[in-house]
Amino acid sequence: MKNLGRIGRSRAPMAGSSQMPGSPQMPGSPQMPGSPQMPGSPQMPGSPQMPGNIQMSGNTRRFSETCMAVATWAAACLTLGILVFLVGFILVRGIPYITPSLFAFTYTSDNVSLMPALISTLFMTVLALLIAVPFGVFSAIYLVEYARRGNKFVSFVRTTTETLSGIPSIVYGLFGLLFFVTFLGWGFSVLAGAFTLAIMILPLVMRSSEEALKAVPDAYREGAFGLGAGRLRTVFRIVIPPAMPGILAGIILAVGRIVGETAALIYTAGTVAQIPASPAQSARTLSVHMYALTSEGFYMNEGYATAVVLLVLVVLINTGSAMLAKRIGRGRKG
Amino acid sequence: MGCGAAMNALREKVMRGVFMTAALVSILAVALICVFLFANGLPVLGKIGIFNFLLGQEWSPADDPQVFGILPMILGSLYVTAGAIVVGVPIGILTAVFLARVCPAKMYAMIKPGIDLLAGIPSVVYGFFGMAVIVPLAGNSILAASLLLGVMILPTIITLAESSLRAVPQSYYEGALALGAGHYRSVFRILLPAAKSGILAAVILGIGRAIGETMAVIMVAGNQARIPGSPFQGVRTLTANIVIEMGYAAEMHREALIATGVVLFVFILLINLSFSALKRRMD
Repeated sequence: MKNLGRIGRSRAPMAGSSQMPGSPQMPGSPQMPGSPQMPGSPQMPGSPQMPGNIQMSGNTRRFSETCMAVATWAAACLTLGILVFLVGFILVRGIPYITPSLFAFTYTSDNVSLMPALISTLFMTVLALLIAVPFGVFSAIYLVEYARRGNKFVSFVRTTTETLSGIPSIVYGLFGLLFFVTFLGWGFSVLAGAFTLAIMILPLVMRSSEEALKAVPDAYREGAFGLGAGRLRTVFRIVIPPAMPGILAGIILAVGRIVGETAALIYTAGTVAQIPASPAQSARTLSVHMYALTSEGFYMNEGYATAVVLLVLVVLINTGSAMLAKRIGRGRKG
Repeated sequence: MGCGAAMNALREKVMRGVFMTAALVSILAVALICVFLFANGLPVLGKIGIFNFLLGQEWSPADDPQVFGILPMILGSLYVTAGAIVVGVPIGILTAVFLARVCPAKMYAMIKPGIDLLAGIPSVVYGFFGMAVIVPLAGNSILAASLLLGVMILPTIITLAESSLRAVPQSYYEGALALGAGHYRSVFRILLPAAKSGILAAVILGIGRAIGETMAVIMVAGNQARIPGSPFQGVRTLTANIVIEMGYAAEMHREALIATGVVLFVFILLINLSFSALKRRMD
């Protein structure tokens, strides 16, 4: 019985639920008893009906409880163990090779500097966000604030967004190569890479903005309308401010995807290791840089060091996003 | 005054149009992706023959005449994905059970960011780790790729399975306890079956991730374009085929690679479709 209290306190699965690309929003409505799920469950192999429990001896019951407890704890420990080992391994191997020459502004085959790649990553991120964020946020505004609920258009947009979020990055890369690089004639360039990434992160930005806007209570809107504000004014003055942390959290997650992306960039932005002078030039981001280092095979140590820098970036990004998501959670309760 | 109101009405209308146009962009993107992939990838199928392409066991673009059969890559993607599911699903679901129903709140606050970190680590870093740790033990093989992908899909499965477990009404659990089931028995026999479709959705999304994963697989799978005889042999996936050869491919070879992308895309669409169908059933 002591478990009840613990479960009661368990948190809502809000924070980080927008983390996964394509993470569907878990509907708050689980199957009702009497849905096909429930009758099915007692028929599972080896699963006696509840009264069967009575026939089980206390020992057997205690034993099976222990087994399940051990399996659960073991899986959780394994997951954590893998994480700790992976991060620890990269840190231990990489930190000794983080040297000042790794941060030189020009790349040479002697210093294998990651600085140009870092700057290109920043450049690429800003550009991709500039393209994707307005479209993502605006379409979320349309879906939540303007379209009538249950409208056909809305569900169609939602289906396409889901489709987009399921497409693997190499397919985006292929599309970018065919469309931006070849068809539009942009060549391997930061611009082609940024547009490809923008399409890739669009569903993520849309989804999290939608969630954030939906989380604003209707009373806010009704109050604004009641005071005579128009829809536009209501959206920008009343609805967006409280939704801002959620929107930002989604954008930061999108930054994480951009920073980690490789497959979509190799054949769109190319792999030139220098700082690009303009968006029309080719450049490699940090992840592409790391792949290039390892595929050449000569620079494993620098590869580890680059991995450390990437890990640090990911931790910073995740922390920022989680902090913002927590703020929206608090705002909703208050 | 009237002029101001008219201005306002106009602004409302214009912005409504702007928002709606923005919402059209994702539809446009999907349409463009489909058109360009299919237009560039399908014609070559006519030349090669669709069955020769899909069921051909040999891929040798350097030979004369060139042979383009992608069965080895299709099987490669399927083997590696199946392996990832075998590794990732049990661990993922059990960890989700742990997070949703076992671990104390304080521990949860520590573990959850870890799972998020696992989700955020770039695939090149996973691949690098695989090269350095798994490959020396398992070789460049299906096994190595399966282990690595199994770890990579963990966060997807954990996050989704956890939230579907949490969506099961508390009364189910209480009812089970009241009938005399223990804590774990209630969770495994009552909550888990009740969250079945959500967990299945998590697995499907995991399959999608595994089949689409590119860089990490290239770094550990060996990439030989032949049908593997055992899990200890190297294998090339559809994704790897594109990345490895696109850099220097020309003409028919290039088109055959794009067609490989089309096959991958169709796989993903089917997976997405079953995912959406499952989600609709849950709603």
